[in-house]
Amino acid sequence: MELNNSKIKIKAKNLNVYYGAKQALFDINLDINQKEVTALIGPSGCGKSTFIRCINRMNDVIDICKVEGSIQLDGSEINEKKVDVVTLREKVGMVFQKPNPFPKSIYDNIAYGPTIHGVAENKDQMDEIVETSLKKAALWDEVKDRLNEPGTSLSGGQQQRLCIARALSVSPEVILMDEPCSALDPIATAKIEELIDDLKKSYTIVIVTHSMAQAVRVSQKTGFFHLGKIIEVDSTEKIFKNPDNKMTQDYITGRFG
Amino acid sequence: MTKEERLKKRYRAEKRFQMYGLISVSCALIFVLILVQNIFSKGSSAFSRTMIEVQVNFDSNLLELDGPVTQTSLKDAEFYDLAVESLLKIYPSKDTKEERQVLRLFSPDYEYEIKDYLVKNPNKINQIVPVKITASDDIDQLNKGNFPRDLPEDRRRVSNYQLNIYDNLVEEGKIDKKFNNYFFSKGDSRDPELAGIGGSLMGSFFTIIICLALSFPIAIMASIYLEEFAPKNKITEFIEININNLAAVPSIVYGLLGLGILLSVMEFPRSTPLVAGITLSLMTLPRIIIPCRASLKAVPPSIREAALSVGASKFQTVFHHVVPLAMPGTLSGTIIGLAQALGETAPLILIGMVAFVVDIPSTPVDPSASLPVQVYLWSEQAERGFVEKTSATIMMLLGFLIVMNFIAVYLRQKFEKKWN
Repeated sequence: MELNNSKIKIKAKNLNVYYGAKQALFDINLDINQKEVTALIGPSGCGKSTFIRCINRMNDVIDICKVEGSIQLDGSEINEKKVDVVTLREKVGMVFQKPNPFPKSIYDNIAYGPTIHGVAENKDQMDEIVETSLKKAALWDEVKDRLNEPGTSLSGGQQQRLCIARALSVSPEVILMDEPCSALDPIATAKIEELIDDLKKSYTIVIVTHSMAQAVRVSQKTGFFHLGKIIEVDSTEKIFKNPDNKMTQDYITGRFG
Repeated sequence: MTKEERLKKRYRAEKRFQMYGLISVSCALIFVLILVQNIFSKGSSAFSRTMIEVQVNFDSNLLELDGPVTQTSLKDAEFYDLAVESLLKIYPSKDTKEERQVLRLFSPDYEYEIKDYLVKNPNKINQIVPVKITASDDIDQLNKGNFPRDLPEDRRRVSNYQLNIYDNLVEEGKIDKKFNNYFFSKGDSRDPELAGIGGSLMGSFFTIIICLALSFPIAIMASIYLEEFAPKNKITEFIEININNLAAVPSIVYGLLGLGILLSVMEFPRSTPLVAGITLSLMTLPRIIIPCRASLKAVPPSIREAALSVGASKFQTVFHHVVPLAMPGTLSGTIIGLAQALGETAPLILIGMVAFVVDIPSTPVDPSASLPVQVYLWSEQAERGFVEKTSATIMMLLGFLIVMNFIAVYLRQKFEKKWN
């Protein structure tokens, strides 16, 4: 299902995920285009989060979770034991549902990633990384005078942008967002959405959301998940205006979910 | 039942419950107060000691000194004759029986106290100087009012003759009380007025240091490995269950282990803080591992995910984020574990810490007592002086435990970082 001619960044083929005996994802096939926002929608527990956690191998942390099938990033397989998850996660950043800054200063929150990867050679370079990351996350103006205050002292929306800045600090190619606005008020949500719109120029973004409106506003492509299966994937416009599938139609019009 | 009646009933139930709570809290408080009051009323007098002022004639002829008077010659000199002569002068005695009774007013160390005085003040030689000498336990207790005077003479430890001398001395203002530094500086003794907790304090100190040095790193490493790295399978589950079981094993069993392995097989020196520390660290290990793992578990998974998502390895995630966040809980768990070890008596009795040790240990391999065992030893003694010393030692032990618990609470509050 190739939409326009943009390059495919991530390609999932026959992806099956099991939590112990329970199967969470069934034969997922999904292409994610480069420098575009792909939204994943669907009722709770349908496997959207499980899917995006496969892309940066976050499911490795869960002992009972087993991922089968193939995911390719730029044409190379990432769902293999020999793939180094540290380098993978450097390329594929993630923002979580609840803002989760480290209980450290704002500066240290951003500097942590570059530090462990040894990106910055000196303090000046690090300062620069922190500044550009915060600027990209549209947080710089609000926090530039208090970089030494704890990250947890910020408001919810600011914390979430701090987490986005932290993800950007290691210059990823892909950013996964797992319901990034579900804990935020409408104003903070609007800011994050604006930011996502801006970020898609340089990053490939996959966003899980429960808000149809948000999917319409930020994404170019939408995938509808239901009970661990992909029901429909198409351009956002098509999905919300004229979906092929009856279930998609019912879900986006709020008849179930 | 109407709606209003039901509502009233609900409120009544709540009131009743609050009252039960208040009653139980007050009961607990009353028991604690009784305990503390009992210990303090018995023990506080142990912190002072009765002194008798004696005019000592430092007659150099009685010292049988050869050559000039120097500090070394004084240290080697025999002070017994000089001391006895001066002490007997405090009251006229008509025969040796009475003389013996006069001498028994003083602690048996009078000879050394007089000697120490002259060694410190050598210029007092050939002068008559008032020196304060520690009174015997009987006089000490009499002076502190712990001794019934109205009993018939044959049931008293102090004879009528001694009572006369005592009353006479009181009238002359020669009986005095001073702070009992012996209680802190001296080791154990058969004479209550000369017994102190210096030895057992040092013993307990060495024991706790060894226990800390052994159990803290092992417990931390074990809990980090088990909680963060170990695969969740049957073997780790088995280990986990056993750690929980070990924490519930009666402490005396660890004493038997120490006796059987450390003393019999490995032949470590008996009654030493070294063996006590090793034995107690075996006991403390599971008691530290459990709170350590609990505090590691309490670090929210979102922090781990945050670190992993920027590309931190498992090791970096654990040591940069999880462990620092778990530190307050870990430290307070350790301190509480050590506080339990500090108060432990049964295993120490088995490994021979119950021995009567007069010398203050200077290394962990010297024979020694420890505070709780000292309490046990003195509580078996009949002398009234040991009763107050027992309570005073309990006060010291409780004091240490309270301080340790406060440190634990302080650490937890000071370093606990807020996350959401």
